[in-house]
Amino acid sequence: MSALHVRTLTQLADGLRRKSFSSVELVGELLARIEKSQPQLNAFISVTGAAALETARAADRALATGSGGALAGVPIAHKDIFCTAGVRTTCGSRMLDNFVSPYDATVVAKLKRAGAVVLGKTNMDEFAMGSSNENSFYGPVRNPWNPQLVPGGSSGGSAAAVAARLVAGATGTDTGGSIRQPAALCGITGMKPTYGRVSRYGMVAFASSLDQGGTLTASAADAALMLREMAGFDPRDSTSVDTPVPDYVAALEQPVAGLKVGLLAEFFDKGLDADNERCVREALRVFESLGARVTQVSLPNLPLSVPVYYVVAPAECSSNLARYDGVRYGHRCEDPRDLNDLYRRSRGEGFGAEVKRRIMTGTYVLSAGYYDAYYLKAQRVRALINADFIRAFESVDVLIGPTTPTPAFPLGAKTSDPITMYLNDIYTIGANLAGLPAISVPCGFVQGLPVGLQIVGPHFSEARVLAAAHAFQRATDWHTRVPVGYA
Amino acid sequence: MALTREQIASIATLARLDLSAEEVPVYQESLSRILEFVGALERADTTDVTPMAHPLAGLTQRLRPDEATEGDCHERYQLNAPLTAAALYLVPKVIE
Repeated sequence: MSALHVRTLTQLADGLRRKSFSSVELVGELLARIEKSQPQLNAFISVTGAAALETARAADRALATGSGGALAGVPIAHKDIFCTAGVRTTCGSRMLDNFVSPYDATVVAKLKRAGAVVLGKTNMDEFAMGSSNENSFYGPVRNPWNPQLVPGGSSGGSAAAVAARLVAGATGTDTGGSIRQPAALCGITGMKPTYGRVSRYGMVAFASSLDQGGTLTASAADAALMLREMAGFDPRDSTSVDTPVPDYVAALEQPVAGLKVGLLAEFFDKGLDADNERCVREALRVFESLGARVTQVSLPNLPLSVPVYYVVAPAECSSNLARYDGVRYGHRCEDPRDLNDLYRRSRGEGFGAEVKRRIMTGTYVLSAGYYDAYYLKAQRVRALINADFIRAFESVDVLIGPTTPTPAFPLGAKTSDPITMYLNDIYTIGANLAGLPAISVPCGFVQGLPVGLQIVGPHFSEARVLAAAHAFQRATDWHTRVPVGYA
Repeated sequence: MALTREQIASIATLARLDLSAEEVPVYQESLSRILEFVGALERADTTDVTPMAHPLAGLTQRLRPDEATEGDCHERYQLNAPLTAAALYLVPKVIE
């Protein structure tokens, strides 16, 4: 059996159920691909080959008796931000280099129950802070379309692994675009659900009012299948929302005819690369040809998304990362003089440059005398942005625009200036501030590099967003392209 | 808004971060630029706007009964601890 790796998650789940091939066979093939890709891509921090083969054998036994969950025997990977019992969970940081999680994140437990086989933990920007994957303690991930370029971040390892067909699906987290931006730059499908849709329990916290787990897959149909198994109420996450999970797979075939699509005027700004714009506008014509009604929509406060984000996210990060104190777990400095020295040096040594920058920015905006001017002001503007979205969704079903201003950029191109790097997420941050579901799907290529189209929907409209993306992927074949050398 | 070296040192103290002499000017420059960048927020009229703390407006934080849901896991948790003795986490002496 050859070339199993190019099959989608949906096709693999189906093939395993029909016993066209075994999970052990499939897992063996993919583990070999991962090993071969590591020197080039560095997509993984940990590979759990022996455990994966053991799970695959159990899945094959279950499948032989006609039992097993919806993902029985299907190989996936987890972003190394999700706690995995007995497996190192580093969050891309020296701080957690030696941390072996004592428990499973809810997402990990749910996918395990669905029968998925975990091949390993993917590389990421440290504590999910970054847009290029250059902030990992374990070295940068490279883009499978061109190893001189970044894969995007922070879920860059998951995006590169799926793009290179090392796994059919991977988990990711999205605080300001960390699923959608790398998905766009790697030519795959990245889905960020509504805030509260997927449990954050066991997902290392960065900015708690923005963080949301989601999927990186080859197609929207795969995202629907994976998300259906991941989503749902969790009493262990106090912001998890207790509302039923629709069958996203069954809802995929909803027609696009009559769908009211809003073209997000503010996303077609001077920062948008002309070729990216051309791809996105061609994608809109595809939606029109499918019967969607496209109108232009304006969200006047949206251009303030990035400034709001760079107050709110660092503020929440400075509070969340206060737990890394060198006492209970994580890095501890050598020979501390006193407790304060232990805290300061453990944190100074354990955190990388960007994480320190955000902790300090957050500490400053929350400090006495600056709280009102920065933090409270940002939370007020966040309310204005949210109101803009609510108003827009009174007249349209979904909003469409580009995912990123440009295709993938070279390693090192934006590391010297944090603001330039932060502006990569200019089109993705809005959905996080308002807690909305959003997906990025491939919609064309510019000089051999993939371009992403973003579809944003109202709260809990994942089924509609996925169906719109699926309809687009039925009419186009951008999502089936595989980088040279990985086909 | 330009921050001074002293302000950077004070932020680092509040955040319990040891910075090297080389790091201070780097953060002085980049934090000043970030604050200048987020200064754009000043231009937005937010009169009578309630600050948004939760992305799902209208939903209130769920509370649970104050009951223990996990058993005693200290042995498992302390496997990750840098230094323990008699089930306690060890730190340098705090009171002489």
